[in-house]
Amino acid sequence: MFKEFSPLKKKIFRIMDNNGKIKNEKWMPKIDNKNIVKAYKDMLFARTADLMTVNYQRQGRIFTYPPNYGQEAISGAVAQIISDEDWLVPAFRELGAWLAKGVSLKEIFLYYMGNEDASKFESAKNMVPFSVPIASQLLHATGIAYEVKLNNKKQTVFTFVGDGGTSEGDFHEALNFAGVWKVPVVFIVQNNQYGISTPTKVQTASESIAIKSVAYGVKGIQVDGNDFFAMYAAVKEAKDYTLAGNGPVLIEAVTYRKGAHTTSDDPTKYRTKEEEESWDKTDPLNRLRNYLKDNNLYDIDEEILIKDYKKETDRQFIAAETYKEYPIDDVFNFQYVDMPDDLKEQKREYKKFLKWKEKVAK
Amino acid sequence: MNLVNAINNAIDIKLEEDKNIIVYGQDVGVEGGVFRVTEGLQKKYGKERVFDAPLAESGIVGTAVGMAIAGLKPVIEMQFSGFVYPGFNQIISHVARMNNRSRGRYPMPIVIRMPYGGGINALEHHSESFEAAFAHIPGLKVVIPSTPHDAKGLLIAAIESPDPIIYMEPKRIYRAIKQEVREEKFVIPIGKASILQQGSDITIVAYGAMIREVQKAIVLAKKAGISVELIDLRTIYPIDKETIANSVKKTGRVITVTESVKSFGVASEITQIVNEEAFLSLEAPPKRVTGFDTIVPLPKGEHHYMQDAYKIFYEIERTVNY
Repeated sequence: MFKEFSPLKKKIFRIMDNNGKIKNEKWMPKIDNKNIVKAYKDMLFARTADLMTVNYQRQGRIFTYPPNYGQEAISGAVAQIISDEDWLVPAFRELGAWLAKGVSLKEIFLYYMGNEDASKFESAKNMVPFSVPIASQLLHATGIAYEVKLNNKKQTVFTFVGDGGTSEGDFHEALNFAGVWKVPVVFIVQNNQYGISTPTKVQTASESIAIKSVAYGVKGIQVDGNDFFAMYAAVKEAKDYTLAGNGPVLIEAVTYRKGAHTTSDDPTKYRTKEEEESWDKTDPLNRLRNYLKDNNLYDIDEEILIKDYKKETDRQFIAAETYKEYPIDDVFNFQYVDMPDDLKEQKREYKKFLKWKEKVAK
Repeated sequence: MNLVNAINNAIDIKLEEDKNIIVYGQDVGVEGGVFRVTEGLQKKYGKERVFDAPLAESGIVGTAVGMAIAGLKPVIEMQFSGFVYPGFNQIISHVARMNNRSRGRYPMPIVIRMPYGGGINALEHHSESFEAAFAHIPGLKVVIPSTPHDAKGLLIAAIESPDPIIYMEPKRIYRAIKQEVREEKFVIPIGKASILQQGSDITIVAYGAMIREVQKAIVLAKKAGISVELIDLRTIYPIDKETIANSVKKTGRVITVTESVKSFGVASEITQIVNEEAFLSLEAPPKRVTGFDTIVPLPKGEHHYMQDAYKIFYEIERTVNY
């Protein structure tokens, strides 16, 4: 696959067209029908939860949130392939992959309510917190992959970044380190066409993002990120490739951020309705739904399903909203493993102040 | 004008006046910045002078160094102060040093603007106040306005400065304060604090978004019969020793209020200035009302970290009754 779709050939890897028809049988991944349906349901769940999260934000129940809308096939494909043992080193727009790792919606909501407890990930193995500084996480993934290789573990490290992030030095350093060390890391670039308001052509003069891999001696491929089957096939190939000890892979997943960068952003400032509509035709869920229908696999009542998903999302949202109060000690207790005396004193002094305030503020 | 309008207006005036001024950063062109500070400027001055940069802070600062060497005057934006760190290498290693290194041949008339500070219920890295880190670097001057009027005058001074300026914008009050600001050009000198309120019992030194919190505390103090003198520092470095020392000589007491971490900060520096310049006038130990030596907690815990009227009044009372 990496040979046939070498970035130097300037071909995008696509299996299914916009109508859900399979156009590239050769690379069609072998997935049980029931697992295809499961993948669709997972993506539908992620989309439902994501859209609801934007609503919660509008209701003032959470703070700023970065929507995933339109990009569900990318993490949706990773979700089907990533194992409990594999690592996920996320950016912040790959909800499906988080859920697959066992992060709960409750934890995700807790994060956007502004509580660090969110990042404890109580039932997710080999999962790293949110990385807000763009592209910095790619180096962490590379370091984790070094340990995997050193100890001969059978694990792949999956890490995410956006198209904007490929301009950061850390992106290039990570590819370079991973290439030199030949470590099992899969870099997934979600090229959703915009870094906030900045289009990809302002980020890079390269033919593609995938082609950047060539210079670092890293395997790379540009994939239609809204094509579930192409994403699945590429991620599976990348995982097998890394597990065989061949080194890292860069996947550029071409997609479109149908929503805003975050709920603080207003895309009408920098893109047109026409452009948004032209991408609507490539919507990843519509394509997979059409495939399911064409192949008599669509035996679900989507309305009922969405209703259930909404109920579940709400249930977890309420659990986050009713989470225990933020203990004052938590402001201090995790800054150091071995807390300096001065910080202990700051904590004591603060508590003394609060007692005083209780009296005075009445 | 609010703070955003005033900053926009200052950049506008300078773009109009000096064709060597170049404005760029992440999303500053088409969108006019995530806080809309540079809104409309690309339309007015064109894509060659006001534009979107690739997403790379080191790249933005490093190319500004090159532009300055070649004679341009870059006014660049870091989207949030918490994202400046990839640019630290260029700032510390080159922006701050080039003039000295080249024995004055290549001064660095660069302005690096960045929104900073907490209180906006933000994600991690969007709330911090590391002005002390910049002030600690020889070669940099650090400016923080607290009102639209000062924001305009200080930014024009910053853009006209031959030295590099870190211009930190208290984003929490970007739109919170409106005041009349003269349309025409004016300059507020860098390195000069202003006395916002005269008082006799205690001096409070603050800047940025903390000024408003101190003003609320002053109301509480007044009720308790305490007369407060309030100094708005306006420039962190070079620091206005004279204004601070003269005030403390009069009041005999001083508190510094910042939203940055406690240790090795601006408040510590002011304490030492007071020790050196007004030691014999002191009637109580200088105090620091600051954040803790921790990162700013996420919104659920942030109020513990931030300064409010009561935290400030608490120290006022303790210091006056020392």
